[in-house]
Amino acid sequence: MSIILDHVNYIYDSNQPTAKKALDDVCLTIPDGQFLGIIGHTGSGKSTLVQHLNGLLKATEGHIYVDGEDIYDKDYDLKKLRSKVGLVFQYPEHQLFEIDVFTDVCFGPKNLGYDRKETELLAFDALQKVGLDKEYYYQSPFELSGGQKRRVAIAGVLAMKPKVLILDEPTAGLDPKGREEILSQVKKLRDESNMTIILVSHSMDDVAEYVDRIIVMNKGHVMYDDVPKEVFRHYEELEQIGLAAPQVTYIMHALAKEGLPVDTDITTIDEAADEIVNALKRSGRKVN
Amino acid sequence: MLRDITLGQYYQTKSYIHDLDPRVKLGGTVLYIISLFCFKNYLGYLIAALFLAIVVKLSHVPFRFMVKGMKAILMLLMITVMFNLFLTPGTPVVTLWKLTITAEGVRMALTMMARLTLLVIGSSLMTLTTTPNNLTDGMEKMMSPLKVIKVPVHEVAMMMSIALRFIPILMEETDKIMKAQTARGADFEHGNLLARAKALVPLLVPLFISAFRRANDLAMAMEARCYRGGEGRTKMKPLIYKKKDFLAYAGLVVYMVVSIVVGRLSLG
Repeated sequence: MSIILDHVNYIYDSNQPTAKKALDDVCLTIPDGQFLGIIGHTGSGKSTLVQHLNGLLKATEGHIYVDGEDIYDKDYDLKKLRSKVGLVFQYPEHQLFEIDVFTDVCFGPKNLGYDRKETELLAFDALQKVGLDKEYYYQSPFELSGGQKRRVAIAGVLAMKPKVLILDEPTAGLDPKGREEILSQVKKLRDESNMTIILVSHSMDDVAEYVDRIIVMNKGHVMYDDVPKEVFRHYEELEQIGLAAPQVTYIMHALAKEGLPVDTDITTIDEAADEIVNALKRSGRKVN
Repeated sequence: MLRDITLGQYYQTKSYIHDLDPRVKLGGTVLYIISLFCFKNYLGYLIAALFLAIVVKLSHVPFRFMVKGMKAILMLLMITVMFNLFLTPGTPVVTLWKLTITAEGVRMALTMMARLTLLVIGSSLMTLTTTPNNLTDGMEKMMSPLKVIKVPVHEVAMMMSIALRFIPILMEETDKIMKAQTARGADFEHGNLLARAKALVPLLVPLFISAFRRANDLAMAMEARCYRGGEGRTKMKPLIYKKKDFLAYAGLVVYMVVSIVVGRLSLG
């Protein structure tokens, strides 16, 4: 289940004076089971890019191959593609509409033509995966809190059993606790199911801890495409395009500048703590 | 998906027409439409078309945008022309089976076609060159004498500008929800009428909820900024006539006089 983007270009409002190039010659290969982070400033084309992956937007130029098939072929089944590549939009709670949570989650699998029993099993399974308490299953989705609504919406996509799950800014508008809950839930999902997960965000701190690979988008083209620590080495360039490396990167660089021999490639808080302690020991200072 | 709707859309560019006071454009459009109904001969329509061509040229709006507006009324135009062509009594010219085309019918059909075409292009030119906010400002100012007889002019204008402001927002929202539900396997394009009507539920429920939420937020924001209606409110950009506006009025008067005088001449 690999996805290949071959010189993809996309222009918004191509016949208007306001025409804008949103994707500029994007070439990517996304292999199976990867946990990928797509990062970019507002308007960098990251949301446009992911909407191409399940055929919601059609590239102005270029081709996209999913499992070796060109999704722009005339006889390609887009519905099948959408069951394979699940896309959770920004603020997905705004798409809820059914009378209760469970029925809403059933919407996806029902559309794909599963019978009633299968649909309900899939919905139940998806709701469990996002960790929503059973007491909420038969409540109106509009009575839940923001974080709970968002989980229901994610479950709505998960119930379609996608092999690739794309989350567009899943933590936007959530408090730190809600953010932590959603991200750790995503991580758990990935550990348990070996799905390909694509996490779109403008915050490095969101993705640094979890992903295998980071793609940095700027003005519609791919600026960096590498493992997190390689990308964060360019933290000064990242700042210039309005992004920031994780806070840990700044601390480690500042410490190194002050003469403490620490490894500046570290990206997570836990690693950083250990490294600072070790560095202090190495340099012969006392640690309490 | 919904980005292609153009009727009543603003085309952003710089031109003499764009810079005119909205009152000139509103008044001009109304007068132009009135003039179209005054003509008794083809010469009047010719002058009207010429005048419109000059204004279109001045507005820097590409001609294809005018044509796009025409597409929307093409059906109406065809039906009107057909009815006039076949159902006007008079001297028969051609008889096809049971349908008779009369000389009067041909004349009537041509007149209706010219009238409708010029009317639609003329009024879409106004919306293409005036932002919705400007337009409601102009209306408010023009209607303000009606305040004397207790017409809530300011409130009506405010409602209009809010409604206009919400159109693109709700359009974008619709597009987004449509995409989100499509991503969940919803199908808005296939199936019979009943299936398609049913498919709209997942679109309309979230849309209504979001519209109410936005309306509520807007009311709160207005309240928080002490909005208390039009009494004593000043404007950041008050409408003031400039030289070019008077020039435009002069041009308009010349057009009205010439076209109506020529258009009402009886040419035998």
